[in-house]
Amino acid sequence: MQKPILEVDGLKKYFDIKGGPIGRKVGEVKAVDDVSFMVMEGEILGIVGESGCGKSTTGKAILRLIEPTAGKVKFQDKEITNLSSSEMRSLRKDMQIIFQDPYASLNPRHTVEKIVGEPLLVHGMTSSIQRMKRVRELLEVVGLSPYHAKRYPHQFSGGQRQRVGIARALANNPKLVICDEPVSALDVSIQSQILNLMEKLRDEFNLTYIFIAHDLSVVKHISDRIGVMYLGRMVELTDKNKLYDDPKHPYTQALLSAVPLPDPDLRRERIILKGDVPSPANPPSGCAFHTRCPYAMDICKEVRPDFKPVEDNHFVACHLYE
Amino acid sequence: MKQDEKKPIDTEQQITSPQNREQQADVEQIEAVSPWKDAFRQLRKNRFAVAGLIIIIFFIILAIVAPLLTSYSYHEQNLANRLQPPSGEHWMGTDDLGRDIFTRIAYGARVSLQVGFFAVIGALVFGTFLGIIAGYFGRWVDMIISRIFDILLAFPSILLAIAIVAILGASLQNALIAIAIINIPIFGRIVRSRVISLRAEEYIMAAKAQGMKNGRIIFHHILPNSITPIIVQSTLGFGTAILEAAALGFLGLGAQPPTPEWGQMLASSREFIQLAPWTLVMPGLSIMLVVLGFNLVGDGLRDVLDPKMRN
Repeated sequence: MQKPILEVDGLKKYFDIKGGPIGRKVGEVKAVDDVSFMVMEGEILGIVGESGCGKSTTGKAILRLIEPTAGKVKFQDKEITNLSSSEMRSLRKDMQIIFQDPYASLNPRHTVEKIVGEPLLVHGMTSSIQRMKRVRELLEVVGLSPYHAKRYPHQFSGGQRQRVGIARALANNPKLVICDEPVSALDVSIQSQILNLMEKLRDEFNLTYIFIAHDLSVVKHISDRIGVMYLGRMVELTDKNKLYDDPKHPYTQALLSAVPLPDPDLRRERIILKGDVPSPANPPSGCAFHTRCPYAMDICKEVRPDFKPVEDNHFVACHLYE
Repeated sequence: MKQDEKKPIDTEQQITSPQNREQQADVEQIEAVSPWKDAFRQLRKNRFAVAGLIIIIFFIILAIVAPLLTSYSYHEQNLANRLQPPSGEHWMGTDDLGRDIFTRIAYGARVSLQVGFFAVIGALVFGTFLGIIAGYFGRWVDMIISRIFDILLAFPSILLAIAIVAILGASLQNALIAIAIINIPIFGRIVRSRVISLRAEEYIMAAKAQGMKNGRIIFHHILPNSITPIIVQSTLGFGTAILEAAALGFLGLGAQPPTPEWGQMLASSREFIQLAPWTLVMPGLSIMLVVLGFNLVGDGLRDVLDPKMRN
């Protein structure tokens, strides 16, 4: 359990802003700005943050689906950021992704059999009989039936499509699966089914997940550890119980106070943040959160806080804990 | 192409709850409707498209069975019989050299359909190839290809065709090449913009995430999903190509006599417009009908294949 399967070190992704008549670079959006963390084998690491904070970009940059601007990603002790595209291709069978939108992530012109079978084909399973067998097996694993193989994506509901997406991700027995908001596009009633399925599959196939979401209760349900992102930076990372019981970073505190309580009689002090999230094209100096932080000090405007442990296994990037 | 408007056939519950296993047996009977079959079904409901299709099929049959329909030759002159009005013997009359016009129209259908077919195939192959390269790889490749398209499109197409024929020499084959060339940027642009929008689709990223090579992504994922605008443009382009071939023929830059090309027939009979209007009307009508047929089918296909046009 304690062996890291993935180490992300100083990951950055800047998108160029182009402008002017000849498309010169006039600025950059710092979608992911110096994010570091580790994922242990067999755990589920949740990443939360509001929309636009760079959590999806982080996930895709780890897989090099979006080429990172800087930083290192080590998968099973192997640096992958400098692999050639053919080396990267063969590695992809071990690291997979489940996408957010099951309506957009399946090719509408392919049958389920082709969608799930294609990763098998490109990673060397050339016999079509073998592939068909494996596809059927996978469909059963994710709670669909073998006869669904002949159908097209538009003939399924959202939850079923997401199951197809999961089957595709699992086709080659990956070790790490990045789940990019896999349930946010689904109805609440379907969400729990998919979450339970994913937990079951984790146990069955000894998977490791990075679970990206904006729904705090979903992340709490499924994760072992949780990282909180704000404006392209990781601000806090710890065990889920520690995070929910004792949030250190003022942003995490504000975020958790916004989770609705199931008991209407219970009241909780809600921390309302002022203003909007600053633009990632022009992030504030020092700590990115200082413009909205209720405890902001002078140093927060000047110096970017280090992301470091304040307690055992509890990382925070905040000057309050120095 | 989004298929969202179609309802999912069974619900989540049917799959997950075991007590519904029996129902699944019924569900199994539901046919997996491929997007193509569905499109064809829709097309049959469009009356204009069906009319267009009938016109096209009529001319195709005419072209194929031309020798069986007439006992005349399209090039043998019979000056004693010149400028005869339509009659039982000559269904559409004769032209200034005494040739049977119906025979020339029927053989002319061969020429026109061939020109349309090969010009569209040529433009389609090169245009799609360039469009995919430009759209998929982007950056400077896109820059260069797109500028070439811009230059080609900056000329009025018929002027460009005239220039190309002037360089290559006047013949039907060169007219065909010229028409193909002027249609390349039209296909290229459509495909390029389609590929650019597809490249941002999640299923293309998913294909990459699975470890597929660019070639596989292009041929198995991008091309099948860009085929619908290509089909629509091919059909519409077929009509345009026939029209352009006729225009070049009319100007004496396309088919050379005695090839029975409709545009060239128009040109050679324009002096007789008052004396023998049928010599002009028949080829003119043929051009109009064929082009109309292809445009009707093209519009129908666009309505069926482009979900944004569906109501």
